[in-house]
Amino acid sequence: MKRFAALFDLLDRTTRTSAKVAALADYFRTAPEEDRVWTIGLLSGRRPKRAVNTTELRSWAAEASGLPVWLAEEVHPIVGDLAETISLLLPEPGQTSDRTLDGWMRELVSLTGRPAEVRRAAILDAWDRLSTPERFLFNKLITGGFRMGVSQGLMTRALAQATGVDEAVLAHRLMGDWKPGRIGFETLIGAHDPEADASKPYPFALASPVEEVAALGDPAEWLAEWKWDGIRGQLVNRTGAFALWSRGEELVTDRFPDLAPLRDFLPPGLVIDAEVLAWGGEGPLPFAALQKRIGRLSVPKKILAEAPAHLLAYDLLEENGEDLRAAPLAHRRARLEAVLAALPAGLPISPSPLVAFDDWETLGKIRATAREKIAEGLMLKRASSPYFVGRKRGDWWKWKLDPYTIDAVMLYAQQGAGRRATLFTDFTFGVRDGDDLVPFTKAYSGLTDAEFRQITNWVRKNTLERFGPVRRVPPELVFELAFEGIQASPRHKSGIALRFPRMVRWRKDKPATEIDTLESLRELLAATGGAAP
Amino acid sequence: MCRIPLGRLKIVHRAPLAGGSRCAILPSMARDPLLTFTDRGIFCLAGDFHIDPWRPVERALITHGHSDHARPGHGAYLATEGSAPVIRYRLGDIRLKTIRYGETRRIGSVTVSFHPAGHVPGSAQIRVERDGEVWVVSGDYKVAEDGLSEPFEPVACHSFISECTFGLPVFRWKPQAELAAQLNRWWAANAAEGRTSIVGAYTLGKAQRLLVSADLSIGPILTHGAVEATTAVLRAQGLALPPTTHVAPGIDGKSHPGALVIAPPSALGTPWATRFGPAAEAFASGWMALRGVRRRRGLAQGFVMSDHADWDGLNAAIRATGAERIFVTHGYTAIFRRWLEDQGFEAGIVATEYEGESLDAAEAEAGPLIEPDAGAEAVEGAAPEEDTAEADPAAGEAAPAEGKPRRRRPAAGDART
Repeated sequence: MKRFAALFDLLDRTTRTSAKVAALADYFRTAPEEDRVWTIGLLSGRRPKRAVNTTELRSWAAEASGLPVWLAEEVHPIVGDLAETISLLLPEPGQTSDRTLDGWMRELVSLTGRPAEVRRAAILDAWDRLSTPERFLFNKLITGGFRMGVSQGLMTRALAQATGVDEAVLAHRLMGDWKPGRIGFETLIGAHDPEADASKPYPFALASPVEEVAALGDPAEWLAEWKWDGIRGQLVNRTGAFALWSRGEELVTDRFPDLAPLRDFLPPGLVIDAEVLAWGGEGPLPFAALQKRIGRLSVPKKILAEAPAHLLAYDLLEENGEDLRAAPLAHRRARLEAVLAALPAGLPISPSPLVAFDDWETLGKIRATAREKIAEGLMLKRASSPYFVGRKRGDWWKWKLDPYTIDAVMLYAQQGAGRRATLFTDFTFGVRDGDDLVPFTKAYSGLTDAEFRQITNWVRKNTLERFGPVRRVPPELVFELAFEGIQASPRHKSGIALRFPRMVRWRKDKPATEIDTLESLRELLAATGGAAP
Repeated sequence: MCRIPLGRLKIVHRAPLAGGSRCAILPSMARDPLLTFTDRGIFCLAGDFHIDPWRPVERALITHGHSDHARPGHGAYLATEGSAPVIRYRLGDIRLKTIRYGETRRIGSVTVSFHPAGHVPGSAQIRVERDGEVWVVSGDYKVAEDGLSEPFEPVACHSFISECTFGLPVFRWKPQAELAAQLNRWWAANAAEGRTSIVGAYTLGKAQRLLVSADLSIGPILTHGAVEATTAVLRAQGLALPPTTHVAPGIDGKSHPGALVIAPPSALGTPWATRFGPAAEAFASGWMALRGVRRRRGLAQGFVMSDHADWDGLNAAIRATGAERIFVTHGYTAIFRRWLEDQGFEAGIVATEYEGESLDAAEAEAGPLIEPDAGAEAVEGAAPEEDTAEADPAAGEAAPAEGKPRRRRPAAGDART
């Protein structure tokens, strides 16, 4: 754990990418191999099942500190991070330990599902053997959500430097369903094992936002398609494997049983990049319909009937077991259409149609109709582009519609977590409904740190009431909120729910009497057809 | 169950408590309380004076020279000999009389005396006694020795009015020697890599504490004008502080390679700091104990160094007074009061305009701040209260945030001439 803590300390002290990569690369050269695998796993979101829940952690930490549980609970939102809070609350350790990251992770894995008394004893013993920074990491490994300020891409780059293996090749090898603790370092980064690779997806190619499309040059070099509002996914059909991966590298095959028939008809050795959508027969349903299915491990028949899944295919990455990613998009697209045209009718897959256009102005007019298509805007891809790894600017662009906006007033404020601890950053907003103010959404991003500080100051001086970490404030601060969509929601007091709400502007010029109304939101809801599906 | 080091502090000023029983204070409650809390500050009717008032009053007893405690506009001031020079320097032409630590003085029908608070050089707690009933106002204090200030002295009392800036059990300071070693390791490593080390610290107290912590064999020490001015005042009153060089035109990273630069927090990350070329910046503050605060500032290094008592310090100090009744003034008051009540104290919260060690100084960006409404409930138990970075006059320095009043308060920002 000491080696891992030293790595974390280096990463935590710098915001420079080159320094982070250098620290990681050094770690990947010198740390014990088992530890390297865990670190790769943790930095690519492969966390073992949580062995201890946060309530247990908090109460055991209070016990070990000789403090009442209420005090630990009060302190947590101020520090903003439970793992850090506990590491600071605990008394100085009585012992030390040379156990490696691998050793600690195996211990945590072995605790899963054991009786509370066994887990309690093990955790208290661990805390007594770890220094404050090590404890913080240990707690983070339990509570999860641990990114160490390093993206998966950065980690892959460092690993490429340390091993000499090409970055794109590594990115592919690190995909899929492997678990740290069950695979060796050489196996993980080494040559392919065909068995283990059967269901492995390719790293997704990602687009960057664009606003000035005219700068993209000759329209003839570009292919346009709708930017669908569903779940980006990769369908893998190889001998011995049929798998649907989400962009977050989550295996979601079983959540979409209605796609299973594809297994019988798609040729083997095929990988397709597509959007998973809830399907209304001719076109997609609003995202709200799909949302009902997300997060469900099994989908009831009623929902399967109301919101059947369908794939709109964008790209063909592998055909007959051959990796097509280096071929030009125009070629891959032609192959994709040919493969899908050979399928019998009625299957839940079709090519995402190309949008024909001759000049950028025409395309702009087409884009303006995206909402009618239940799309978020357009995608622009260079016809000659390969299917690259990750986000590379230049070949793929997303040209989204402008978001909806609304002026609303802050009603409640709550402190943020992590680097926003001690700042009030999470706000609940209201709109007018007659003489009342109705809370309708939360938002917590879009302002600068300086603005958050100023608002924090104001919240502290203007708190009317406290509900745990939440403060009620006078309805005075007005913000312009942007959002991507609206849907009916019986769970909310206002009867509506927004998609991706965020603050775009603090309207210091606007009094609360001039904010928007619930009626205007209802009208928008009706106009967009977003009634309760 | 609690690991507060009881008895770590020895009571050196043990006045006989009236009646030999703690209940003895109750009869006295029948008449007017010895100290009351008004919108001008802590008030003693029997002596007709205020302690650290924030609105102009006739007679003010001042615990120490920080701008949220020593404000301009009072008719007469009383402060310790050790704090008087800074107060005079900051407030200009005022009527100020001094008193020695431990010396008693009769004011009206009460007896007052000043006792070391360990916060900054010359800082005091103020003891007020009437007919055997004793109250102590802590001002700002810390119990750990800092190698600079007169060490904190517990004073026995019935009622203790305490700050609790860092009144949460996540705040625990390392001993001064360990902090000094940390600072010097960092400075030496930077110097070895050809980088200047710039530390942001309050101009009164923390800056000089860094000076006495620094290992002069590593390199020269440079000071921002605001730090230099206050340091000069303290030197003149006899404090042994190492030599420093004021950063004037021509003084930079080239003329003084491997230097340690001490500047107000607001100077970090400004054009003023760029003259030193390749540099590492750090901030010395109790708030650096929180990773989120440090990361928000994008600081590679924070020194968890505070001139306020940490959790253990507050608890030890409060127990050492023997007081049964505790009033907490600024900091995490709501949580700390509940904790004290759990421990069997009678505890109350007093709304004041004291600011303690400000987190905003840690943030060091002076946005347009909003007028405080001074509502007690509004600030009660709030997270780190804002502070004004001690509004030292920057005396023509280039750090933009300096010398400007950060919020409108009666003459707090323009305290200096």
